[in-house]
Amino acid sequence: MTEMKNSPDSNGPLAARDLKKSFGGNRVVDGMSLALGPGEMLGLIGPNGAGKTTMFNLLAGTLASDAGSIHLSGTDVTRTSQQGRCRLGLSRSFQIPKPFSRMTILENVMTAAQNQAGENVLRAMMQPRLVAKQEQANVARARDLIDFVSLSHLEDQPASVLSGGQRKLLELARVLMTQPRVILLDEPAAGVNPALLDLIIDRIAQIHAQGIAVLLIEHNMEMIARLCPRVIVMAAGKLLAEGTPQDVTRRADVIDVYLDGAPA
Amino acid sequence: MEYLAYGAFFLTIAMTYALICLGLNVQWGQTGLFNVGVAAFVGAGAYTSGLFTTPAVVDRLGGFDLPIWVGWIAAALVGGVLSFLVGALTIRMRTDYLAITTFGIAITLQLAFQNLEGLTGGVFGMSFIPRAFGDLQGRSIAFNLSNFALAAAMVFAVYLLLQHLMRSPWGRLLRAVREDETAAQSMGKNPVSLRLQAFVLGGAIMGLAGAVQAHFIGFIAPGNYLPMMTFQVWAMLIVGGSGNNRGAILGAVLVWAIWALSGSIISEIFPADQQARAASLQIVVIGVMLCLILLWRPQGILPEARTSSRHLGKRPDKGPKP
Ligand SMILES: Nc1ncnc2c1ncn2[C@@H]1O[C@H](COP(=O)(O)OP(=O)(O)OP(=O)(O)O)[C@@H](O)[C@H]1O
Ligand SMILES: [Mg+2]
Repeated sequence: MTEMKNSPDSNGPLAARDLKKSFGGNRVVDGMSLALGPGEMLGLIGPNGAGKTTMFNLLAGTLASDAGSIHLSGTDVTRTSQQGRCRLGLSRSFQIPKPFSRMTILENVMTAAQNQAGENVLRAMMQPRLVAKQEQANVARARDLIDFVSLSHLEDQPASVLSGGQRKLLELARVLMTQPRVILLDEPAAGVNPALLDLIIDRIAQIHAQGIAVLLIEHNMEMIARLCPRVIVMAAGKLLAEGTPQDVTRRADVIDVYLDGAPA
Repeated sequence: MEYLAYGAFFLTIAMTYALICLGLNVQWGQTGLFNVGVAAFVGAGAYTSGLFTTPAVVDRLGGFDLPIWVGWIAAALVGGVLSFLVGALTIRMRTDYLAITTFGIAITLQLAFQNLEGLTGGVFGMSFIPRAFGDLQGRSIAFNLSNFALAAAMVFAVYLLLQHLMRSPWGRLLRAVREDETAAQSMGKNPVSLRLQAFVLGGAIMGLAGAVQAHFIGFIAPGNYLPMMTFQVWAMLIVGGSGNNRGAILGAVLVWAIWALSGSIISEIFPADQQARAASLQIVVIGVMLCLILLWRPQGILPEARTSSRHLGKRPDKGPKP
Protein backbone atom coordinates (compact mmCIF):
# COMPACT_ATOMS: atom_id res chain seq x y z
CA MET A 1 0.00 0.00 0.00
CA THR A 2 1.19 3.51 -0.76
CA GLU A 3 2.26 5.36 2.38
CA MET A 4 0.00 8.35 2.90
CA LYS A 5 1.79 11.67 2.95
CA ASN A 6 0.00 12.93 6.00
CA SER A 7 -0.67 9.85 8.07
CA PRO A 8 -4.18 9.83 9.60
CA ASP A 9 -4.33 12.26 12.45
CA SER A 10 -6.91 10.75 14.74
CA ASN A 11 -7.80 14.14 16.20
CA GLY A 12 -9.17 15.61 12.97
CA PRO A 13 -12.91 15.62 12.20
CA LEU A 14 -12.68 12.18 10.61
CA ALA A 15 -9.81 9.72 10.44
CA ALA A 16 -9.75 6.13 9.28
CA ARG A 17 -6.80 3.79 9.55
CA ASP A 18 -6.24 0.58 7.65
CA LEU A 19 -9.92 -0.30 7.05
CA LYS A 20 -10.71 -3.68 5.56
CA LYS A 21 -13.93 -5.20 4.36
CA SER A 22 -14.66 -8.41 2.49
CA PHE A 23 -17.89 -9.79 1.09
CA GLY A 24 -17.48 -13.54 0.98
CA GLY A 25 -13.96 -13.99 -0.33
CA ASN A 26 -14.04 -10.68 -2.15
CA ARG A 27 -11.93 -8.04 -0.42
CA VAL A 28 -13.59 -4.78 -1.41
CA VAL A 29 -11.79 -2.40 0.94
CA ASP A 30 -8.23 -3.47 1.48
CA GLY A 31 -6.34 -1.40 4.02
CA MET A 32 -7.68 2.07 3.28
CA SER A 33 -6.68 5.03 5.41
CA LEU A 34 -7.78 8.62 5.11
CA ALA A 35 -7.89 11.77 7.17
CA LEU A 36 -10.21 14.69 6.77
CA GLY A 37 -8.88 17.99 8.07
CA PRO A 38 -11.00 20.60 9.86
CA GLY A 39 -13.30 22.26 7.33
CA GLU A 40 -11.68 20.35 4.50
CA MET A 41 -13.45 19.33 1.29
CA LEU A 42 -11.83 16.09 0.21
CA GLY A 43 -12.64 14.28 -3.03
CA LEU A 44 -12.77 10.49 -3.21
CA ILE A 45 -12.57 9.21 -6.77
CA GLY A 46 -11.90 5.93 -8.50
CA PRO A 47 -13.36 3.64 -11.14
CA ASN A 48 -16.65 1.80 -10.73
CA GLY A 49 -16.39 -0.95 -8.18
CA ALA A 50 -13.27 0.50 -6.56
CA GLY A 51 -14.95 0.27 -3.14
CA LYS A 52 -15.78 3.95 -2.58
CA THR A 53 -19.37 3.42 -1.45
CA THR A 54 -18.28 0.51 0.72
CA MET A 55 -15.72 2.84 2.30
CA PHE A 56 -18.58 5.27 3.07
CA ASN A 57 -20.60 2.46 4.58
CA LEU A 58 -17.69 1.64 6.87
CA LEU A 59 -17.09 5.27 7.84
CA ALA A 60 -20.76 5.92 8.59
CA GLY A 61 -21.24 2.63 10.39
CA THR A 62 -23.80 1.33 7.88
CA LEU A 63 -21.49 -1.70 7.68
CA ALA A 64 -19.03 -2.96 10.29
CA SER A 65 -15.40 -3.09 9.16
CA ASP A 66 -13.42 -6.32 9.41
CA ALA A 67 -10.31 -4.48 10.59
CA GLY A 68 -8.96 -1.00 11.15
CA SER A 69 -10.09 1.96 13.23
CA ILE A 70 -12.23 5.05 12.76
CA HIS A 71 -12.06 8.26 14.79
CA LEU A 72 -14.58 11.09 14.80
CA SER A 73 -13.17 14.32 16.26
CA GLY A 74 -10.75 12.27 18.31
CA THR A 75 -13.34 9.77 19.57
CA ASP A 76 -12.87 6.14 18.60
CA VAL A 77 -16.13 5.15 16.90
CA THR A 78 -14.96 1.89 15.35
CA ARG A 79 -17.52 -0.04 17.39
CA THR A 80 -20.15 2.70 17.50
CA SER A 81 -23.45 2.12 15.72
CA GLN A 82 -24.54 4.13 12.72
CA GLN A 83 -27.02 6.10 14.83
CA GLY A 84 -24.35 6.76 17.44
CA ARG A 85 -22.01 8.21 14.82
CA CYS A 86 -24.76 10.44 13.53
CA ARG A 87 -25.32 11.78 17.02
CA LEU A 88 -21.60 12.56 17.14
CA GLY A 89 -21.99 14.79 14.10
CA LEU A 90 -21.43 12.49 11.12
CA SER A 91 -24.06 12.47 8.41
CA ARG A 92 -24.09 10.74 5.04
CA SER A 93 -26.07 10.69 1.83
CA PHE A 94 -26.69 7.58 -0.22
CA GLN A 95 -25.56 6.92 -3.78
CA ILE A 96 -29.01 5.54 -4.47
CA PRO A 97 -31.21 8.02 -2.59
CA LYS A 98 -33.34 6.61 0.19
CA PRO A 99 -36.30 8.96 0.51
CA PHE A 100 -39.22 8.02 2.76
CA SER A 101 -41.38 7.83 -0.34
CA ARG A 102 -44.82 8.02 1.18
CA MET A 103 -43.94 10.89 3.48
CA THR A 104 -43.91 14.50 2.34
CA ILE A 105 -40.72 16.38 1.56
CA LEU A 106 -41.24 18.41 4.72
CA GLU A 107 -41.71 15.31 6.85
CA ASN A 108 -38.65 13.71 5.28
CA VAL A 109 -36.53 16.64 6.38
CA MET A 110 -38.24 17.00 9.78
CA THR A 111 -37.46 13.37 10.58
CA ALA A 112 -33.75 14.12 10.39
CA ALA A 113 -33.84 16.63 13.26
CA GLN A 114 -31.86 15.46 16.29
CA ASN A 115 -32.93 15.21 19.94
CA GLN A 116 -36.66 15.30 19.31
CA ALA A 117 -38.49 14.79 22.59
CA GLY A 118 -41.59 13.74 20.65
CA GLU A 119 -39.80 10.70 19.23
CA ASN A 120 -40.17 9.03 22.61
CA VAL A 121 -43.65 7.62 23.06
CA LEU A 122 -43.95 8.67 26.70
CA ARG A 123 -42.77 12.19 26.10
CA ALA A 124 -45.00 12.47 23.04
CA MET A 125 -47.90 11.75 25.43
CA MET A 126 -46.78 13.66 28.50
CA GLN A 127 -45.02 16.75 27.19
CA PRO A 128 -47.19 18.14 24.39
CA ARG A 129 -46.02 21.71 24.97
CA LEU A 130 -42.34 20.89 24.71
CA VAL A 131 -42.99 18.73 21.64
CA ALA A 132 -44.99 21.50 19.97
CA LYS A 133 -42.25 24.01 20.69
CA GLN A 134 -39.57 21.78 19.20
CA GLU A 135 -41.73 21.02 16.19
CA GLN A 136 -42.16 24.72 15.58
CA ALA A 137 -38.42 25.30 15.66
CA ASN A 138 -37.75 22.26 13.50
CA VAL A 139 -40.37 23.11 10.92
CA ALA A 140 -38.81 26.54 10.47
CA ARG A 141 -35.34 25.08 10.02
CA ALA A 142 -36.63 22.33 7.71
CA ARG A 143 -38.29 24.94 5.52
CA ASP A 144 -35.09 26.96 5.33
CA LEU A 145 -33.24 23.86 4.17
CA ILE A 146 -35.96 22.98 1.69
CA ASP A 147 -35.63 26.50 0.30
CA PHE A 148 -31.86 26.05 0.26
CA VAL A 149 -32.18 23.04 -2.04
CA SER A 150 -34.95 24.70 -4.08
CA LEU A 151 -37.72 22.21 -3.31
CA SER A 152 -40.11 24.63 -1.56
CA HIS A 153 -42.82 24.27 -4.15
CA LEU A 154 -42.95 20.52 -3.43
CA GLU A 155 -42.83 20.53 0.37
CA ASP A 156 -46.33 19.04 0.79
CA GLN A 157 -45.84 16.39 -1.89
CA PRO A 158 -44.85 12.82 -1.09
CA ALA A 159 -41.19 12.19 -1.84
CA SER A 160 -42.22 9.60 -4.43
CA VAL A 161 -42.98 12.42 -6.90
CA LEU A 162 -39.36 13.62 -6.95
CA SER A 163 -37.08 13.11 -9.94
CA GLY A 164 -33.69 11.48 -9.52
CA GLY A 165 -31.91 14.80 -9.25
CA GLN A 166 -34.47 16.18 -6.82
CA ARG A 167 -34.00 13.12 -4.64
CA LYS A 168 -30.32 14.00 -4.43
CA LEU A 169 -31.32 17.47 -3.27
CA LEU A 170 -33.67 16.01 -0.67
CA GLU A 171 -30.82 13.83 0.63
CA LEU A 172 -28.73 16.95 0.96
CA ALA A 173 -31.41 18.76 2.95
CA ARG A 174 -31.88 15.76 5.26
CA VAL A 175 -28.14 15.48 5.83
CA LEU A 176 -27.97 19.14 6.81
CA MET A 177 -31.00 18.86 9.08
CA THR A 178 -28.96 16.65 11.43
CA GLN A 179 -26.62 19.64 12.02
CA PRO A 180 -23.51 17.63 11.17
CA ARG A 181 -19.87 18.54 11.59
CA VAL A 182 -18.74 16.03 8.96
CA ILE A 183 -20.71 15.00 5.90
CA LEU A 184 -20.17 12.20 3.45
CA LEU A 185 -21.77 12.77 0.04
CA ASP A 186 -21.98 9.79 -2.30
CA GLU A 187 -22.23 11.06 -5.88
CA PRO A 188 -24.52 14.00 -5.14
CA ALA A 189 -24.53 14.90 -8.84
CA ALA A 190 -25.16 11.48 -10.37
CA GLY A 191 -28.06 11.60 -12.77
CA VAL A 192 -28.57 15.28 -12.19
CA ASN A 193 -29.28 17.46 -15.23
CA PRO A 194 -26.82 20.26 -16.05
CA ALA A 195 -29.11 22.98 -14.72
CA LEU A 196 -29.40 21.28 -11.33
CA LEU A 197 -25.70 20.44 -11.36
CA ASP A 198 -24.70 24.07 -10.96
CA LEU A 199 -27.18 24.40 -8.12
CA ILE A 200 -25.79 21.36 -6.32
CA ILE A 201 -22.20 22.50 -6.74
CA ASP A 202 -23.11 25.92 -5.40
CA ARG A 203 -24.94 24.44 -2.41
CA ILE A 204 -22.08 22.13 -1.51
CA ALA A 205 -19.68 25.08 -1.71
CA GLN A 206 -21.96 27.01 0.66
CA ILE A 207 -22.10 24.10 3.10
CA HIS A 208 -18.34 23.93 3.04
CA ALA A 209 -18.12 27.68 3.62
CA GLN A 210 -19.98 27.13 6.91
CA GLY A 211 -16.98 25.15 8.14
CA ILE A 212 -18.43 21.66 7.74
CA ALA A 213 -15.88 19.06 6.66
CA VAL A 214 -16.96 17.23 3.50
CA LEU A 215 -15.89 13.95 1.96
CA LEU A 216 -17.21 13.80 -1.58
CA ILE A 217 -17.46 10.80 -3.90
CA GLU A 218 -17.98 11.95 -7.46
CA HIS A 219 -17.34 10.76 -11.01
CA ASN A 220 -17.87 14.23 -12.45
CA MET A 221 -14.31 15.54 -12.60
CA GLU A 222 -15.41 19.06 -13.40
CA MET A 223 -17.27 19.14 -10.13
CA ILE A 224 -14.33 17.65 -8.24
CA ALA A 225 -11.98 20.21 -9.77
CA ARG A 226 -14.26 23.06 -8.79
CA LEU A 227 -14.85 21.93 -5.22
CA CYS A 228 -11.92 19.89 -3.92
CA PRO A 229 -8.39 21.20 -3.43
CA ARG A 230 -7.30 17.65 -2.59
CA VAL A 231 -8.48 14.26 -3.84
CA ILE A 232 -7.64 10.68 -3.06
CA VAL A 233 -7.93 7.96 -5.67
CA MET A 234 -9.14 4.51 -4.76
CA ALA A 235 -8.69 1.43 -6.93
CA ALA A 236 -9.45 -2.18 -6.08
CA GLY A 237 -10.02 -1.29 -2.44
CA LYS A 238 -6.67 0.44 -2.00
CA LEU A 239 -5.39 3.98 -1.98
CA LEU A 240 -3.77 4.57 -5.35
CA ALA A 241 -2.90 8.26 -5.35
CA GLU A 242 -3.41 11.50 -3.52
CA GLY A 243 -2.95 15.15 -4.52
CA THR A 244 -4.63 18.02 -6.30
CA PRO A 245 -7.22 17.02 -8.90
CA GLN A 246 -4.93 18.31 -11.66
CA ASP A 247 -1.88 16.31 -10.55
CA VAL A 248 -3.74 13.14 -9.81
CA THR A 249 -5.60 12.96 -13.12
CA ARG A 250 -2.33 13.28 -15.03
CA ARG A 251 -0.69 10.28 -13.35
CA ALA A 252 -0.26 7.26 -15.58
CA ASP A 253 -1.29 4.73 -12.94
CA VAL A 254 -4.50 6.64 -12.26
CA ILE A 255 -5.26 6.85 -15.99
CA ASP A 256 -4.67 3.11 -16.26
CA VAL A 257 -7.22 2.08 -13.67
CA TYR A 258 -10.02 3.88 -15.44
CA LEU A 259 -11.04 1.27 -17.99
CA ASP A 260 -11.36 3.59 -20.93
CA GLY A 261 -7.85 4.92 -20.28
CA ALA A 262 -9.01 8.49 -19.69
CA PRO A 263 -9.50 10.10 -16.27
CA ALA A 264 -13.24 10.61 -16.67
CA MET B 1 -86.56 -4.45 25.83
CA GLU B 2 -84.62 -7.64 26.24
CA TYR B 3 -83.10 -6.94 22.85
CA LEU B 4 -81.85 -3.58 24.02
CA ALA B 5 -80.13 -5.16 26.99
CA TYR B 6 -78.67 -7.85 24.79
CA GLY B 7 -77.58 -5.28 22.19
CA ALA B 8 -75.76 -3.27 24.86
CA PHE B 9 -74.21 -6.43 26.25
CA PHE B 10 -73.04 -7.47 22.81
CA LEU B 11 -71.62 -4.03 22.04
CA THR B 12 -69.79 -3.83 25.36
CA ILE B 13 -67.99 -7.07 24.61
CA ALA B 14 -67.29 -5.80 21.11
CA MET B 15 -65.77 -2.63 22.60
CA THR B 16 -63.42 -4.66 24.79
CA TYR B 17 -62.31 -6.50 21.67
CA ALA B 18 -61.91 -3.16 19.91
CA LEU B 19 -59.47 -2.15 22.64
CA ILE B 20 -57.43 -5.33 22.16
CA CYS B 21 -57.55 -4.78 18.43
CA LEU B 22 -56.25 -1.20 18.80
CA GLY B 23 -53.34 -2.60 20.81
CA LEU B 24 -52.55 -5.12 18.09
CA ASN B 25 -52.83 -2.37 15.49
CA VAL B 26 -50.05 -0.41 17.18
CA GLN B 27 -47.86 -3.50 17.15
CA TRP B 28 -48.67 -5.05 13.81
CA GLY B 29 -50.55 -2.47 11.74
CA GLN B 30 -48.27 0.41 12.48
CA THR B 31 -44.98 -1.24 13.39
CA GLY B 32 -45.02 -4.66 11.75
CA LEU B 33 -44.46 -6.61 14.98
CA PHE B 34 -45.92 -10.08 14.72
CA ASN B 35 -47.58 -10.87 18.05
CA VAL B 36 -49.20 -14.30 18.03
CA GLY B 37 -49.73 -14.37 21.78
CA VAL B 38 -52.32 -11.62 22.14
CA ALA B 39 -54.36 -13.67 24.62
CA ALA B 40 -51.43 -13.77 27.06
CA PHE B 41 -51.31 -9.98 27.40
CA VAL B 42 -55.08 -9.72 27.73
CA GLY B 43 -55.12 -12.51 30.29
CA ALA B 44 -52.27 -11.01 32.28
CA GLY B 45 -54.22 -7.77 32.51
CA ALA B 46 -57.44 -9.50 33.52
CA TYR B 47 -55.83 -11.59 36.25
CA THR B 48 -53.84 -8.66 37.56
CA SER B 49 -56.91 -6.54 37.89
CA GLY B 50 -58.78 -9.42 39.48
CA LEU B 51 -56.02 -9.89 42.01
CA PHE B 52 -56.12 -6.27 43.05
CA THR B 53 -59.84 -5.66 43.13
CA THR B 54 -61.55 -8.83 44.36
CA PRO B 55 -62.65 -8.96 47.98
CA ALA B 56 -60.37 -10.85 50.37
CA VAL B 57 -60.39 -14.60 49.82
CA VAL B 58 -58.99 -17.48 51.83
CA ASP B 59 -57.79 -19.96 49.25
CA ARG B 60 -55.64 -17.71 47.08
CA LEU B 61 -53.33 -14.75 47.23
CA GLY B 62 -54.64 -11.26 46.66
CA GLY B 63 -58.14 -10.06 47.09
CA PHE B 64 -56.98 -6.58 47.98
CA ASP B 65 -60.42 -5.12 47.41
CA LEU B 66 -59.05 -2.01 45.66
CA PRO B 67 -61.15 0.22 43.40
CA ILE B 68 -61.68 -0.82 39.80
CA TRP B 69 -59.60 2.01 38.38
CA VAL B 70 -56.58 0.78 40.33
CA GLY B 71 -57.11 -2.57 38.65
CA TRP B 72 -57.19 -0.94 35.22
CA ILE B 73 -53.93 0.89 35.81
CA ALA B 74 -52.24 -2.18 37.26
CA ALA B 75 -53.42 -4.24 34.30
CA ALA B 76 -52.03 -1.76 31.78
CA LEU B 77 -48.74 -1.66 33.67
CA VAL B 78 -48.45 -5.44 33.80
CA GLY B 79 -49.33 -5.70 30.10
CA GLY B 80 -46.63 -3.13 29.39
CA VAL B 81 -43.97 -4.74 31.58
CA LEU B 82 -44.66 -8.19 30.14
CA SER B 83 -44.33 -6.72 26.63
CA PHE B 84 -41.15 -4.97 27.61
CA LEU B 85 -39.58 -8.21 28.81
CA VAL B 86 -40.64 -10.15 25.73
CA GLY B 87 -39.66 -7.30 23.41
CA ALA B 88 -36.32 -6.54 25.02
CA LEU B 89 -35.32 -10.17 24.54
CA THR B 90 -36.46 -10.61 20.98
CA ILE B 91 -37.04 -7.40 19.04
CA ARG B 92 -33.41 -6.92 18.11
CA MET B 93 -33.30 -10.40 16.63
CA ARG B 94 -34.89 -11.66 13.43
CA THR B 95 -38.60 -10.96 13.24
CA ASP B 96 -39.67 -14.59 13.55
CA TYR B 97 -38.20 -14.80 17.04
CA LEU B 98 -40.83 -12.40 18.32
CA ALA B 99 -43.55 -14.59 16.84
CA ILE B 100 -42.13 -17.73 18.42
CA THR B 101 -41.63 -16.03 21.79
CA THR B 102 -45.10 -14.51 21.96
CA PHE B 103 -46.56 -17.88 21.04
CA GLY B 104 -44.55 -19.48 23.83
CA ILE B 105 -45.62 -16.84 26.32
CA ALA B 106 -49.26 -17.42 25.43
CA ILE B 107 -48.98 -21.15 26.10
CA THR B 108 -46.98 -20.62 29.28
CA LEU B 109 -49.29 -18.02 30.78
CA GLN B 110 -52.36 -20.02 29.90
CA LEU B 111 -50.90 -22.98 31.80
CA ALA B 112 -49.95 -20.67 34.64
CA PHE B 113 -53.51 -19.34 34.89
CA GLN B 114 -54.66 -22.94 35.06
CA ASN B 115 -52.16 -24.27 37.55
CA LEU B 116 -51.08 -21.47 39.89
CA GLU B 117 -54.16 -22.03 42.00
CA GLY B 118 -52.87 -19.95 44.86
CA LEU B 119 -52.69 -16.94 42.61
CA THR B 120 -55.30 -17.40 39.91
CA GLY B 121 -57.88 -19.74 41.35
CA GLY B 122 -56.80 -22.49 38.92
CA VAL B 123 -59.30 -24.07 36.56
CA PHE B 124 -62.19 -22.55 38.47
CA GLY B 125 -60.91 -19.07 37.74
CA MET B 126 -61.61 -15.92 39.68
CA SER B 127 -65.09 -14.84 40.53
CA PHE B 128 -66.60 -11.89 42.38
CA ILE B 129 -64.54 -9.48 40.33
CA PRO B 130 -66.26 -6.17 41.03
CA ARG B 131 -68.30 -5.07 38.03
CA ALA B 132 -68.44 -1.51 36.89
CA PHE B 133 -71.87 -0.07 37.82
CA GLY B 134 -72.35 -3.16 39.96
CA ASP B 135 -75.20 -1.56 41.90
CA LEU B 136 -77.25 -1.56 38.69
CA GLN B 137 -76.85 -5.30 38.23
CA GLY B 138 -80.48 -6.00 38.98
CA ARG B 139 -81.65 -3.84 36.06
CA SER B 140 -80.02 -5.41 33.05
CA ILE B 141 -80.81 -2.60 30.58
CA ALA B 142 -79.36 0.15 32.74
CA PHE B 143 -76.41 -2.05 33.71
CA ASN B 144 -75.51 -3.05 30.18
CA LEU B 145 -76.04 0.43 28.79
CA SER B 146 -73.83 2.07 31.41
CA ASN B 147 -71.13 -0.49 30.82
CA PHE B 148 -71.39 0.03 27.11
CA ALA B 149 -71.01 3.77 27.58
CA LEU B 150 -67.97 3.21 29.75
CA ALA B 151 -66.31 0.76 27.38
CA ALA B 152 -67.07 2.97 24.38
CA ALA B 153 -65.59 5.97 26.17
CA MET B 154 -62.44 3.98 26.82
CA VAL B 155 -62.19 2.91 23.19
CA PHE B 156 -62.66 6.53 22.17
CA ALA B 157 -59.99 7.75 24.59
CA VAL B 158 -57.47 5.16 23.42
CA TYR B 159 -58.36 5.94 19.82
CA LEU B 160 -57.72 9.66 20.38
CA LEU B 161 -54.45 8.92 22.12
CA LEU B 162 -53.27 6.70 19.27
CA GLN B 163 -54.31 9.23 16.64
CA HIS B 164 -52.42 11.90 18.57
CA LEU B 165 -49.35 9.68 18.66
CA MET B 166 -49.51 8.85 14.97
CA ARG B 167 -49.41 12.55 14.19
CA SER B 168 -46.59 13.24 16.65
CA PRO B 169 -42.86 12.96 15.87
CA TRP B 170 -43.08 9.43 17.28
CA GLY B 171 -45.61 8.40 14.63
CA ARG B 172 -43.58 10.12 11.95
CA LEU B 173 -40.49 8.18 12.96
CA LEU B 174 -42.49 4.96 13.01
CA ARG B 175 -43.47 5.55 9.37
CA ALA B 176 -39.92 6.53 8.44
CA VAL B 177 -38.43 3.38 9.95
CA ARG B 178 -41.05 1.28 8.19
CA GLU B 179 -40.13 2.83 4.86
CA ASP B 180 -36.36 2.78 5.12
CA GLU B 181 -34.68 1.59 8.25
CA THR B 182 -31.12 2.27 7.05
CA ALA B 183 -31.96 5.84 6.13
CA ALA B 184 -33.52 6.39 9.56
CA GLN B 185 -30.46 4.95 11.28
CA SER B 186 -28.20 7.20 9.26
CA MET B 187 -30.15 10.09 10.81
CA GLY B 188 -29.32 8.92 14.30
CA LYS B 189 -32.56 7.06 14.96
CA ASN B 190 -32.74 3.82 16.92
CA PRO B 191 -35.29 1.47 15.32
CA VAL B 192 -34.97 -1.17 18.04
CA SER B 193 -35.94 1.23 20.79
CA LEU B 194 -38.78 2.57 18.66
CA ARG B 195 -40.20 -0.91 18.03
CA LEU B 196 -39.88 -1.76 21.67
CA GLN B 197 -41.87 1.35 22.57
CA ALA B 198 -44.62 0.39 20.13
CA PHE B 199 -44.70 -3.17 21.44
CA VAL B 200 -44.99 -2.00 25.05
CA LEU B 201 -47.71 0.51 24.22
CA GLY B 202 -49.70 -2.18 22.37
CA GLY B 203 -49.21 -4.65 25.23
CA ALA B 204 -50.35 -2.11 27.83
CA ILE B 205 -53.54 -1.48 25.84
CA MET B 206 -54.17 -5.24 25.65
CA GLY B 207 -53.67 -5.54 29.41
CA LEU B 208 -56.12 -2.72 30.01
CA ALA B 209 -58.61 -4.38 27.68
CA GLY B 210 -58.33 -7.59 29.68
CA ALA B 211 -59.20 -5.70 32.86
CA VAL B 212 -62.14 -3.91 31.26
CA GLN B 213 -63.49 -7.24 30.05
CA ALA B 214 -63.04 -8.84 33.47
CA HIS B 215 -64.82 -6.00 35.26
CA PHE B 216 -67.75 -6.28 32.89
CA ILE B 217 -68.24 -10.04 33.09
CA GLY B 218 -67.24 -10.32 36.75
CA PHE B 219 -65.63 -13.69 36.28
CA ILE B 220 -62.51 -14.98 34.52
CA ALA B 221 -61.16 -18.44 33.84
CA PRO B 222 -58.13 -19.85 31.99
CA GLY B 223 -60.39 -20.95 29.14
CA ASN B 224 -61.02 -17.31 28.17
CA TYR B 225 -57.41 -16.83 27.11
CA LEU B 226 -56.88 -19.59 24.60
CA PRO B 227 -55.15 -19.13 21.22
CA MET B 228 -58.69 -18.78 19.88
CA MET B 229 -58.80 -15.26 21.29
CA THR B 230 -55.59 -14.36 19.47
CA PHE B 231 -57.07 -15.72 16.26
CA GLN B 232 -60.24 -13.69 16.72
CA VAL B 233 -58.34 -10.46 17.30
CA TRP B 234 -56.13 -11.03 14.28
CA ALA B 235 -59.22 -11.70 12.18
CA MET B 236 -60.76 -8.47 13.45
CA LEU B 237 -57.73 -6.42 12.54
CA ILE B 238 -57.33 -7.93 9.08
CA VAL B 239 -61.02 -7.58 8.27
CA GLY B 240 -61.26 -4.03 9.59
CA GLY B 241 -58.05 -2.77 8.03
CA SER B 242 -54.60 -3.23 9.47
CA GLY B 243 -52.88 0.09 10.10
CA ASN B 244 -56.13 1.99 10.48
CA ASN B 245 -57.40 2.65 14.02
CA ARG B 246 -60.97 3.13 12.87
CA GLY B 247 -60.64 -0.08 10.89
CA ALA B 248 -59.51 -1.90 14.01
CA ILE B 249 -62.65 -0.79 15.87
CA LEU B 250 -64.95 -1.59 12.95
CA GLY B 251 -63.35 -5.00 12.46
CA ALA B 252 -63.82 -5.83 16.13
CA VAL B 253 -67.55 -5.04 16.02
CA LEU B 254 -68.10 -6.82 12.71
CA VAL B 255 -66.21 -10.02 13.46
CA TRP B 256 -67.70 -10.19 16.95
CA ALA B 257 -71.18 -9.81 15.44
CA ILE B 258 -70.59 -12.65 13.03
CA TRP B 259 -69.08 -14.74 15.80
CA ALA B 260 -72.03 -14.17 18.13
CA LEU B 261 -74.62 -14.62 15.37
CA SER B 262 -73.11 -17.85 14.07
CA GLY B 263 -72.92 -19.05 17.67
CA SER B 264 -76.61 -18.53 18.29
CA ILE B 265 -77.59 -20.03 14.94
CA ILE B 266 -75.57 -23.12 15.75
CA SER B 267 -77.24 -23.44 19.13
CA GLU B 268 -80.64 -23.18 17.41
CA ILE B 269 -80.13 -25.82 14.74
CA PHE B 270 -77.94 -28.43 16.38
CA PRO B 271 -79.17 -30.79 19.08
CA ALA B 272 -77.64 -30.25 22.51
CA ASP B 273 -75.35 -33.26 22.36
CA GLN B 274 -73.66 -32.04 19.18
CA GLN B 275 -73.27 -28.40 20.03
CA ALA B 276 -69.77 -28.68 21.41
CA ARG B 277 -68.56 -30.06 18.10
CA ALA B 278 -70.72 -27.73 16.04
CA ALA B 279 -69.16 -24.77 17.81
CA SER B 280 -66.06 -25.23 15.71
CA LEU B 281 -68.21 -24.13 12.77
CA GLN B 282 -67.86 -20.63 14.18
CA ILE B 283 -64.15 -20.79 13.46
CA VAL B 284 -64.94 -21.94 9.94
CA VAL B 285 -67.26 -18.99 9.43
CA ILE B 286 -64.58 -16.52 10.58
CA GLY B 287 -61.99 -18.30 8.46
CA VAL B 288 -64.16 -18.06 5.37
CA MET B 289 -64.75 -14.39 6.09
CA LEU B 290 -61.00 -13.84 6.36
CA CYS B 291 -60.41 -15.57 3.04
CA LEU B 292 -63.06 -13.47 1.31
CA ILE B 293 -61.59 -10.25 2.66
CA LEU B 294 -58.07 -11.27 1.70
CA LEU B 295 -59.27 -12.07 -1.82
CA TRP B 296 -61.39 -9.01 -2.48
CA ARG B 297 -60.03 -6.38 -0.15
CA PRO B 298 -56.63 -7.48 1.10
CA GLN B 299 -56.05 -4.20 2.91
CA GLY B 300 -59.24 -4.61 4.93
CA ILE B 301 -62.47 -2.67 4.87
CA LEU B 302 -60.78 0.59 5.89
CA PRO B 303 -57.26 0.56 4.44
CA GLU B 304 -54.47 2.45 6.12
CA ALA B 305 -54.91 6.17 5.58
CA ARG B 306 -52.05 8.47 4.71
CA THR B 307 -51.18 10.20 7.95
CA SER B 308 -48.92 13.15 8.23
CA SER B 309 -47.72 14.97 11.25
CA ARG B 310 -49.04 18.31 12.35
CA HIS B 311 -46.92 20.90 10.69
CA LEU B 312 -48.01 23.63 13.02
CA GLY B 313 -49.34 25.84 10.30
CA LYS B 314 -48.53 26.45 6.70
CA ARG B 315 -45.56 28.37 5.39
CA PRO B 316 -45.83 31.87 6.74
CA ASP B 317 -44.59 33.46 3.52
CA LYS B 318 -46.99 31.78 1.13
CA GLY B 319 -50.37 32.19 2.75
CA PRO B 320 -52.97 29.45 2.84
CA LYS B 321 -52.77 26.79 0.20
CA PRO B 322 -55.72 24.98 -1.35
N1 LIG C 1 -23.29 -5.71 0.25
C1 LIG C 1 -22.44 -6.21 -0.68
N2 LIG C 1 -22.35 -7.55 -0.86
C2 LIG C 1 -21.50 -8.07 -1.76
N3 LIG C 1 -20.71 -7.33 -2.56
C3 LIG C 1 -20.76 -6.00 -2.43
C4 LIG C 1 -21.63 -5.37 -1.48
N4 LIG C 1 -21.46 -4.04 -1.57
C5 LIG C 1 -20.53 -3.85 -2.53
N5 LIG C 1 -20.11 -5.02 -3.05
C6 LIG C 1 -19.09 -5.17 -4.08
O1 LIG C 1 -18.00 -4.40 -3.73
C7 LIG C 1 -17.41 -3.81 -4.86
C8 LIG C 1 -17.26 -2.32 -4.64
O2 LIG C 1 -18.53 -1.73 -4.57
P1 LIG C 1 -18.73 -0.20 -4.23
O3 LIG C 1 -20.19 0.05 -4.31
O4 LIG C 1 -18.07 0.10 -2.95
O5 LIG C 1 -17.97 0.49 -5.42
P2 LIG C 1 -17.91 2.02 -5.82
O6 LIG C 1 -16.49 2.40 -5.84
O7 LIG C 1 -18.82 2.83 -4.98
O8 LIG C 1 -18.46 1.96 -7.31
P3 LIG C 1 -19.38 3.00 -8.12
O9 LIG C 1 -18.48 4.09 -8.57
O10 LIG C 1 -19.87 2.20 -9.26
O11 LIG C 1 -20.45 3.48 -7.21
C9 LIG C 1 -18.30 -4.15 -6.03
O12 LIG C 1 -17.69 -5.19 -6.76
C10 LIG C 1 -19.57 -4.64 -5.39
O13 LIG C 1 -20.15 -5.65 -6.16
MG1 LIG D 1 -20.52 3.91 -5.28
